Amino acid sequence: MRRRVPVLPVFLLVMWLALNGSFAPAQIALGVLFAGLVTLAVAALRPVFAWPRRFDVAVRLFVVVLVDVIRSNIAVGRIILGASKRQPHVGFVKIPLELRDPHGLAVLAMIITGCPGSVWAGHDTESNVLTLHILDLQDEVTWIRTVKQRYERPLMEIFG
Amino acid sequence: MNAMSVPLWAALPAAALLVVGGLLTLVGSLGLLRLHDFHARIHAPTMGSTLGAGCILLASILVSSALAQRPVVHELLIAVFVVLTSPVTAMLLMRASLYRPRG
Amino acid sequence: MNHVLPWAVYFALMCVSVAMGCATIRLLRGPQAQDRVLALDTLYISGMLVVLTLGIGFGSGIYFDIALLIALFGFVGATAMAKFLLRGEVIEP
Repeated sequence: MRRRVPVLPVFLLVMWLALNGSFAPAQIALGVLFAGLVTLAVAALRPVFAWPRRFDVAVRLFVVVLVDVIRSNIAVGRIILGASKRQPHVGFVKIPLELRDPHGLAVLAMIITGCPGSVWAGHDTESNVLTLHILDLQDEVTWIRTVKQRYERPLMEIFG
Repeated sequence: MNAMSVPLWAALPAAALLVVGGLLTLVGSLGLLRLHDFHARIHAPTMGSTLGAGCILLASILVSSALAQRPVVHELLIAVFVVLTSPVTAMLLMRASLYRPRG
Repeated sequence: MNHVLPWAVYFALMCVSVAMGCATIRLLRGPQAQDRVLALDTLYISGMLVVLTLGIGFGSGIYFDIALLIALFGFVGATAMAKFLLRGEVIEP
């Protein structure tokens, strides 16, 4: 069995120390107590556990998403500023997915909705088909290829 | 304003980030008025909540680190929080607009 | 001394205030309820950015806590209203 890193208590401890802005021993002790209690209280709410496996892929995915956010910000800005001449052509795209892990799907939803110009509009858990809403839909094939190659494949590597 | 005592190496990038962030937020909010359809409008404020907020938070990190003369990173908490929460509202609104009758 | 940062702060404040004005117009005019909730979502993000920019301008750390609270409560409010539009109730049994 793999060794499991307790992500939640470490995150809570780091958050506590950052909010207080000090590394005094008393603050660390309080933070450890707080993180432990909250983790115990929350454990009953999360029956499914996720352990990211490939941190290098995760870092590369983060950089890719950052570049895409900047690019789509510029694209959406140009569409808005040119809206008096031409209203954008909105539309839906259906994408069949292979990713099944709920945490991977949650991260995919965050990436897609976080990029301006595309919003997650629905997901059918039985057929595993994702519906996207696109601000300016020119060709569907490019969107399907982008989502599957740029986001879905790294997420499948990360969450297995 | 206290901002004049910030050293130049932090003031220049922070000023550039503030200008870019303000303009991005303005354009994103302008989209609420200029786009004619709700389904198109839902995409516009995402600009302000991703890159606009990111630029202003980065400027805030730069200025407060320069004033305190040590790295101050607690603004990253707001960034993490906004990135985690703003897609939730957008997805709920999208689904609500799909299920509600149009009119 | 340099005056670049104060001017940038004024400029950003002006931009974000106009953005809040646009969101308010949409909030008052929006034909459907989801338009108004979307405008409210934009409004609280912009308000948080105004507070953060003021914090940069005055060089004070207190504004950070206010911004964090606005982000927290704005998210809860906007999500509760979006959920209400979606299902007709906020907390389902």
